[in-house]
Amino acid sequence: MRNPQLNAAGGLQHLLTIEGLPREILNEILDTAAPFTEVAEREVKKLPLLRGKSVFNLFFENSTRTRTTFEIAAKRLSADVINLNIGTSSASKGETLLDTVDNLCAMQADMFVVRHASSGAPFLIARHLAAMGYDHIHVINAGDGRHAHPTQGLLDMYTIRHYKRDFTRLSVAIVGDVLHSRVARSQIQALKTLGVPDLRVIGPKTLIPADAEGLGVRVFHDMRAGLKEVDVVMMLRLQNERMQGALLPSPQEFFKYYGLTADKLACARPDAIVMHPGPMNRGVEIDSAVADGPHAVILPQVTFGIAVRMAVMSMLAGG
Amino acid sequence: MKIHVRNGRLVDPAAGVDRPADLFIAAGRIAGVGAMPQGFAANRVIDATGLVVCPGLVDLSARLREPGLEYKATLESELAAAAAGGVTSLACPPDTDPPLDEPGLVEMLKHRARQANAAHVYPVGALTVRLEGERLTEMAELHEAGCIAFGQALAPVMDTLVLLRALQYAATFGFPVWLQALDPWLSRDGVAHDGAVAARLGLPGIPASAETIALSTLLQLARDTGVRIHLARISSAAALDMIVAARASGIAVSCDVSVNHLHLCERDIGYFNPHARLLPPLRSEADREALRRGLAEGSIDALCSDHTPVDDDAKQLPFAEAEPGASGLELLLPLALKWGGEMQLPLATTLACITADPARILGIAAGTLAPGAAADVCIFDPDGRTTVTRERLRSQGKNTPFLGSELPGRVRYTLLGGHLAFESAASPPA
Repeated sequence: MRNPQLNAAGGLQHLLTIEGLPREILNEILDTAAPFTEVAEREVKKLPLLRGKSVFNLFFENSTRTRTTFEIAAKRLSADVINLNIGTSSASKGETLLDTVDNLCAMQADMFVVRHASSGAPFLIARHLAAMGYDHIHVINAGDGRHAHPTQGLLDMYTIRHYKRDFTRLSVAIVGDVLHSRVARSQIQALKTLGVPDLRVIGPKTLIPADAEGLGVRVFHDMRAGLKEVDVVMMLRLQNERMQGALLPSPQEFFKYYGLTADKLACARPDAIVMHPGPMNRGVEIDSAVADGPHAVILPQVTFGIAVRMAVMSMLAGG
Repeated sequence: MKIHVRNGRLVDPAAGVDRPADLFIAAGRIAGVGAMPQGFAANRVIDATGLVVCPGLVDLSARLREPGLEYKATLESELAAAAAGGVTSLACPPDTDPPLDEPGLVEMLKHRARQANAAHVYPVGALTVRLEGERLTEMAELHEAGCIAFGQALAPVMDTLVLLRALQYAATFGFPVWLQALDPWLSRDGVAHDGAVAARLGLPGIPASAETIALSTLLQLARDTGVRIHLARISSAAALDMIVAARASGIAVSCDVSVNHLHLCERDIGYFNPHARLLPPLRSEADREALRRGLAEGSIDALCSDHTPVDDDAKQLPFAEAEPGASGLELLLPLALKWGGEMQLPLATTLACITADPARILGIAAGTLAPGAAADVCIFDPDGRTTVTRERLRSQGKNTPFLGSELPGRVRYTLLGGHLAFESAASPPA
């Protein structure tokens, strides 16, 4: 089966998932992003690459932060940006996902940035666009259910490359709610593709997928053992609704065993970096002393995120 | 109407027959096999040269969507699909709207089916009122109205005491109970097998233990109540092992598998293909191999289409939100032939899974070409092909994971009680 996000020539038509993307395309995205980090430091923070293009932020699930970073990225490329919080409009009036898409196509959209609570929703949209012959419209997955959040995965790769240079010698640990995390899946696929030899996930069994080894990772339930000598610690956000119930007894107990503290971080290499996709739950998955400490690269992640999203948008529609 | 089916390859699995022989039909029954009965004057001669003549297919599960779900399919559309698929007898599950829990609904369905006169319809009655798993239905009344068994379709009976009572009550009258083993809690939010593909795609999983835990309950209650239980749509190797062990310990139990689970596994979800959204979910490749072997060796009793027409609006949704089920009446024969060919089985063995074996489970005198039997006959071209496209499917449900496939075998004639219910040209229309 052809990867639905590649066009017939093997180029990027959509960005739906990291899975199946060759290392060359990942590197191309990261290389393209590098000069964009400087745009932010200029007085005039704009490039004309997407001038005249319409980017629709289609958010079926609320997320102010992710939507804002996409909006900034599109505006820095001179695109027109239209924000639609569908969670509070069409869907509640009974319109189907594909009806919404058809309507926006009729408004001459050039790009959809899609956030949806169901895994695979952006694939449905991409398949529909292909069936309707809208080959000029591109889809970026801004997070679908538990499945993927590819731009987050890519900005994490940019951050790791910035601080660590060579992926092929790294030990990386992903900590927390892997089961429900679209971020973790995109990180794992990107790290595998870029050649990270030692990839670990750490968490209680209730938050690790049944067949995690099939994703190419080693599973640890003891956080100290899992963090031993790692170069990169990638923390995941724990959703409020999962903090107590059948998955976990309490946020306090989670913090005690899986929260990142300076004490546990000492198991990692002395020059380890600590990442978090935000927004953080201080005192649940990460201690403030670590979040604000010298190992943390959490704010640079945000800055790089805009450059990486500019890179993806310009590669898709800037040509 | 007297019909002479000439020059065909007659396969009658019930009688262990596979030989060239003519078939003679009169007054809706098989009048003779091989030699022409005395004084037989055919009104019509069907030239079956190069074709297989076998009993009309018997399908243990085909949703007709009536009453109440006519926007998904109608009795007319689905019985036309049955005839086109060579299916002459089918059981329909009780999950209509309202469910088949009152004799009047069953009588109406039987009446409408008789009028359509394209296939024999055998309703499975609801085991509990509105399939809610709380109160028993009037099973004896429903049986008199035409129900051949009782079941819950995919609706659970959460309360095990109610389940025990329902099985006891059915056993009182000797009614068979057809149930699917699926633990409602372990399958609650799940949409795919809890394996490698669900992990990769971030789909909420249904572990195989959702099947085996429910199965364990059903097998123990079957033993205690003595009810005749049929386990519908088994999906895992572990479930099959349990059924084999239960039989060895003396529990009378039969089971079936769907054409989907015989040919597909979790990998076929691909990139969120909603046509592969099924319940029970497609499981691992090892599970599929076990089911394929189990059917060939006879530890699985029958193959069914699990025909479930779903409208496009309910399918063209993100994977988890799409309604489960696949259209299959017209694919039962081709997919049975594909499996039989791949397993290198004798044709009679393959056809037994979709004729004589399911007829035995249904408890009907179908699935045979013995003289005197009702003339329900399927005549197909074993070297022909069935191309699966939306346009060619007669079912209103165009939802099948086999869209775009070319499958072996092509139904040419379907006879129902001696009349021609379906006929097609030798080569597919261009």
